Amino acid sequence: MTHQDILIAGVGGQGILSIAGIIGTAAIERGLHVKQCEVHGMAQRGGAVVSHLRLSEKPIASDLIGRGRADLLLAMEPMEGLRHLPWLKHDGGVLVANRVPVRNLKTYPATEALIAHIDRLQKRRLLDAEALARKAGTVRAVNSVLLGAASAFLMIPAEVIRDAVAQFFDYKGATIVEQNLMAFDLGRAAAEENSKAS
Amino acid sequence: MSAQTGKIRLWLGDEAVAQAAIDAGISGVYAYPGTPSTEITEYIQKSAEARALGVRSAWSCNEKTAMEEALGMSFAGKRAMACMKHVGLNVAADPFMNAAITGAHGGLVVVVADDPSMHSSQNEQDSRYYGVFAQVPFFEPADQQEAYDQTREAFDFSERWGVPVMLRLTTRLAHSRANVKRRVEQPRAQNPIRFHDDPRRFVLLPAIARRNYNELLKKLPEFQAAAEASPYNTVEEGSDRSLGIVACGLAVNYLREAYGDEACPHPVLKISQYPAPRKALARMLERCESVLVLEDGYPLVEDLMKGVNARPGAVRGRLDGTLPRAGELDPDIVAQALGHAAPHTHEVPADVVPRPPSLCAGCPHANTYDFLRDAMADHPGGRVFSDIGCYTLGALPPYEAINSCVDMGASVTMAKGAAEAGVHPSVAVIGDSTFMHSGLTGLLDIVEDKTPMTLIIADNLTTGMTGGQPVAAAGRLEDIVKGLGVAPEHVHVLVPLPGNHKANTEILRKELDYRGPSVIISRRQCVVAARAGKSGIG
Repeated sequence: MTHQDILIAGVGGQGILSIAGIIGTAAIERGLHVKQCEVHGMAQRGGAVVSHLRLSEKPIASDLIGRGRADLLLAMEPMEGLRHLPWLKHDGGVLVANRVPVRNLKTYPATEALIAHIDRLQKRRLLDAEALARKAGTVRAVNSVLLGAASAFLMIPAEVIRDAVAQFFDYKGATIVEQNLMAFDLGRAAAEENSKAS
Repeated sequence: MSAQTGKIRLWLGDEAVAQAAIDAGISGVYAYPGTPSTEITEYIQKSAEARALGVRSAWSCNEKTAMEEALGMSFAGKRAMACMKHVGLNVAADPFMNAAITGAHGGLVVVVADDPSMHSSQNEQDSRYYGVFAQVPFFEPADQQEAYDQTREAFDFSERWGVPVMLRLTTRLAHSRANVKRRVEQPRAQNPIRFHDDPRRFVLLPAIARRNYNELLKKLPEFQAAAEASPYNTVEEGSDRSLGIVACGLAVNYLREAYGDEACPHPVLKISQYPAPRKALARMLERCESVLVLEDGYPLVEDLMKGVNARPGAVRGRLDGTLPRAGELDPDIVAQALGHAAPHTHEVPADVVPRPPSLCAGCPHANTYDFLRDAMADHPGGRVFSDIGCYTLGALPPYEAINSCVDMGASVTMAKGAAEAGVHPSVAVIGDSTFMHSGLTGLLDIVEDKTPMTLIIADNLTTGMTGGQPVAAAGRLEDIVKGLGVAPEHVHVLVPLPGNHKANTEILRKELDYRGPSVIISRRQCVVAARAGKSGIG
């Protein structure tokens, strides 16, 4: 793989920028070109947010990924994954999603219906990232769980990403680092299980 | 995360500008926070290098004070940068326009971050028109590396020609990271204090202003020549001249994306330095059957190329419907304009609903809107004027509590005008930072006119929307309000908490009935700032 386009979707405050930052930093250290589009400002207040992350061995032109071009869609919750489906490659794109919804609006649809849409996709990994994060010691590590689940699909080896997780949380102390590494490992294992099941 | 230190340079466009300004040898940056420009100043505030060099970087009260402070530093011969979002330049327009007449002495760069598609703004005005309006040179970087390079170039250009130089960013560049090469190991030395040879240079009395203006006019051909020869305005040849493409700033990336690994078959003129290179544009028109103009914002270059007598179909873009008239460009829009087939895509299932931003759980503004709504319930003829900040979200369900949001400070003055039209109660809701930015003078008008209205200052002790920057005069609002002349018995400091709801509603009810100016300061710290341990006072 010489190029990879990743879309990370979720709700403001879910740690999307951390995921993008971790992958981006690991990519830079491996000498890859990176472009990573972020959302700041009003949308961060509980609204739908998305980060476009592009990795390549060659210089990258656009900061944004075109529709139907993303190799990987990483969804922090189900509806935000579905909202960004048009960006996912129709054939061969992978959706990695947390099945636990963020219900911060009254009109949120029935979760089962959303999960059914996701289950229709050919390549998908669906996991309860919240339960796994709790198992790792903190519900705040949902993003590390998802990153672990997605690691098998990245053009950067999973071990390198794992090291970048440790590096990223280093400034928060040893406990937080350990929790996030465990979250990463649990996510990775769950995705593997998931692949056998589906 | 330390993307800005060591060897890793995965910089936001904003951060590339910030580091370049440090490297160019600035002595100060002046700004008021505003998406998508905020991270420029924040980067400099956090930079150990800038701190060690004594670069001043604290927030200003608003963009006008920031611009004037930067101009003062330039007056003293030192390099200064002023940063703002596009609508901030409206606030700073007076000093900006006049700085073109005084000229710059120490390098003066004005960075303006536009927000096409209005991701976090009330309009998508194109700041390039301000550059044209003030007749100053300006840059529009196409990527993060150019943001770095052109910022440094802008300082040199400003000093060489004694003119303020603008740098125009857009959200996608400001808030996108990419590998950036820092060109120097160490920042250039700052300028010493050095006054202009002409002691009256900055005195814009009519006679001096006329002289200065003529000097500016004499420089315009030089600015034009610089743009024609600029290494940032490049032509790539292409054999298929049925179409030529002019791509401004970031748009060139979407063009390259559309062709992937292949070269674009059409001639391409990329523009990143203005005034627009008219000769190069004319050559495109001469050589190509038609020209497609790709630019983020308004159709500035397209309109220039069209002139008054362009052949129908000769110039294509936003004006003839080839591209959408509004909103930012993206790879899909550009590919479509080039006639490329769109890939087959998944559809969004019909049960996916929009998720607009909303006030955080525990937000003090929510409690403020709760007691405001209850107090207003008896007054169907009353209206609430609001302002720019998190509390603008009070327009959306479940609150639906406000009737306006126009520009920084407009809540205060619009409520006044409506009260004078006979609307009662007329209520203004403004945040603490926005009040300090542009609310003070409006309140003075209200005091002078004894206007029957109530001003609610939603005081969360921070600039919440842009990420929790400190607020000028935090904790001293009541003194300021009373100092402006609001009667002390009509100034109340309330704590917006559910337990105080009844008492707060009662106090507001009484003030709504009072036929004179009253101020309610509804004060409780922003929950996000509280979590982050930000004091809000600094």
